[in-house]
Amino acid sequence: MRKLLPNLAITLALLATAVPLAMLPWPALLALAIVLALWMVLSHRGQQTWAVTRVGLSTLGQRLGSSSVVVVGIAGVVGVLVALLAMGEGFRATLAETGSDDTVLVTRAGANAELNSVLLHDAVVQIEQAPGILKDAQGRPIASPELVVVASLPRQGSGLDANVQIRGVGPQVRELRPQVEITAGRYFEPGLRELVVGKGAAEQFQGLELGAQIRLNNQVWTVVGTFRAGDAFDSEVWADADIVASTYRRGNSVTDVTVKLVNADALDGFKAALAANPQLKVDAETTRAYFSKQSEGLSRLLRIVGSVVGAIMAIGAIFGALNTMYAAVAARAREIATLRAIGFRGLPVVVSVMLETMLLALAGGLLGAAVAWLLFDNYTVSTLSQNFSQVVFAFRVSPALVLTGLKWALVIGFIGGLFPALQAARLPVTTALREL
Amino acid sequence: MKYLHLIWAALFRRKARTIFTLASVMAAFLLFGLLDSVRAAFGDAGNSVAGVDRLLVMSRISMTVSLPQSLLPRIEAVPGVKEVAYGNWFGGIYQDPRNFFPNEAVSDNFLDLFDEYEMPADQRAAFRNTRTGAIVGAELAQRFGWKIGDKIPLQATIFPQRDGSNTWTFDLVGIFHARDRKEKNRESILFFRWKYLDESRPFDRGRIGFYVAQLADVNQADAVAHAIDAISANSDHETKTQSENAFNRAFVSQFADIGLIVAGIMSAVFFTLILLTGNTMAQAVRERIPELAVLKTIGFSNRSVLGLVLAESVLLILLGGLIGIALAALIVPVMSTQVRGLLPDQVRLATWLFGIAMMIGIGLVVGALPALRGMRLRIVDALAGR
Repeated sequence: MRKLLPNLAITLALLATAVPLAMLPWPALLALAIVLALWMVLSHRGQQTWAVTRVGLSTLGQRLGSSSVVVVGIAGVVGVLVALLAMGEGFRATLAETGSDDTVLVTRAGANAELNSVLLHDAVVQIEQAPGILKDAQGRPIASPELVVVASLPRQGSGLDANVQIRGVGPQVRELRPQVEITAGRYFEPGLRELVVGKGAAEQFQGLELGAQIRLNNQVWTVVGTFRAGDAFDSEVWADADIVASTYRRGNSVTDVTVKLVNADALDGFKAALAANPQLKVDAETTRAYFSKQSEGLSRLLRIVGSVVGAIMAIGAIFGALNTMYAAVAARAREIATLRAIGFRGLPVVVSVMLETMLLALAGGLLGAAVAWLLFDNYTVSTLSQNFSQVVFAFRVSPALVLTGLKWALVIGFIGGLFPALQAARLPVTTALREL
Repeated sequence: MKYLHLIWAALFRRKARTIFTLASVMAAFLLFGLLDSVRAAFGDAGNSVAGVDRLLVMSRISMTVSLPQSLLPRIEAVPGVKEVAYGNWFGGIYQDPRNFFPNEAVSDNFLDLFDEYEMPADQRAAFRNTRTGAIVGAELAQRFGWKIGDKIPLQATIFPQRDGSNTWTFDLVGIFHARDRKEKNRESILFFRWKYLDESRPFDRGRIGFYVAQLADVNQADAVAHAIDAISANSDHETKTQSENAFNRAFVSQFADIGLIVAGIMSAVFFTLILLTGNTMAQAVRERIPELAVLKTIGFSNRSVLGLVLAESVLLILLGGLIGIALAALIVPVMSTQVRGLLPDQVRLATWLFGIAMMIGIGLVVGALPALRGMRLRIVDALAGR
């Protein structure tokens, strides 16, 4: 009971400091580290602390096995956390990069996703005449009426059927999306049943290699080229919208129109013009907003899963660190008691044990982040999009995620080191000196 | 068994260390219990007992492409087909896209083919007789506080009404339960009448999203599937017929390879756990070398010492692990209603068994080296502290 109450108080104080600490941006953390270093160099107490820490670190070699528990335990937490967050980040970034602020997607009101939308020919003509659209050299508005449909094809590897998105595009699509470049073969010939396949789609599905033929609704289509866009379009297969419409029996309707504005500021005028037209019932939003919205759900889910899994693993790692550091303090009991006996105060002892744990934690965090980076950075996976088809994306281990992982590591080290550190400071000098 | 007392005493010789280690083991197996349950929930999709007698007929191009209504009598005429129902994915939104639940327009006989649902006869009749009638699962009704007689407005995403309006309003005439009351996940769905959809939508009229064919004999599934696909072969509406389980398996696999993700996380967790408990056991044995020597002196054989240490490490992991999975078993039922479909209603027996096998395996692995050390120690050296 006598020990429990102070420990409880310490735990609460701990959480009160650890949580805001974890929220700090990296410049603040760096400043904190510098202040600590200055303290250790300039003040008397600080120099004592540095001396005690050095003794502790120099004996690390003898405690290699148990110290590695802290390092590997924390590396596990950080590795899993960073990998899961990198998956969400990769998905978010891929979709966010797919859109831009000066291209606008127009769909039927309430459709939510391109696949659900239908626009008839009259609507398309009126949308293309709205003000604010950039004109090409011939004075035509840069717009692509598109027909987004889905085809079911066997996946590489598992052979299970999955959905690939086929995007029937208009003649001006290359001006609308200049990031698309043909990497093999050629672009499709308008009016023919020809397909160009995105890099991601070619890797995910069987039978989409150059020159291959696929059957859609009893018609034969030929793959004549592959392209790379560096965003979510890589997961798609492109063809002439009119020919796709005839295969899918869509008459002269499309699913949506994407237009390029003269600049991002023209959006309001463009939207107002569409809203003012009583013959149109459409939604218009920038492609960036549209694609970003699609990643929200999965990114959020992965953030939650990553945090929950990370938190449970962190609990395990904290207890592992506690075990190791209590053992370390016990092993150094005589040495610490000697220091106390010759005049070292409690604070340097506490800080030095904490520092040692935090350094081990930092090493673990770096190791975990490095493993996550080596194994998963650019690791390609795919999932089902709101358009009911596969979106290919790569894990992205960004510096911000690594920093998040390191913060987790430091918090775990902080909690795992504090109690053993206090134990070390509380050691009764006389009994500890007598201990073997 | 007679040594249990001895093993127990050895285990709690250093209370703090053992409790900290137990806490780590517990955390690891809590995570295992949760993640393996998630994996099981996704694995279920392709292995359901209900629905083995049903075939799904969809367009060969993709499930988003519709089929002509004229296929209905021809599928019904295929030998081995008992009854055919059909429906359309509707994709309506209730108030906010985040309230997502599946909603489908179905033929009047739809529930007759799905005997895993039960609904009172008067409500079945009401559904057949109400043009704008809808029925929902009990779980869904509870989630939004719906009662029979309520009007439920859905925002259409695919089909506007013929007057251009996006709002479809349905009259709730029935609430169905899953026959197996534990299968709450099956109850988060709304059905309404296909006829209402078809007469009110401006396009795609007379077209059907999917047919469901009930088999007279489950063993005939492949032959019947081929016969159904043969009807439309080489037409512009070729079909693909597959068992409901095969469809679900392929559909779920489109989200992500859940098994791979879970296996990846768990290998990281168990790797760190082995290191951590291995360190604990090594410490424990190192401290007790003189005691083990005394045991040998009073007549314990090398093998019993080996067994004692191994038993101690297995017991350590079993204790922590069982508490961990038990915690998961407490959490899963609470969470399964929150995260629909991601978790089963309880931790499966298979998860328990697999977990216990893992515990014993890890216990043996981490105990092996310390136990060998204990077995090989020479009494004279150990007692002398060498």
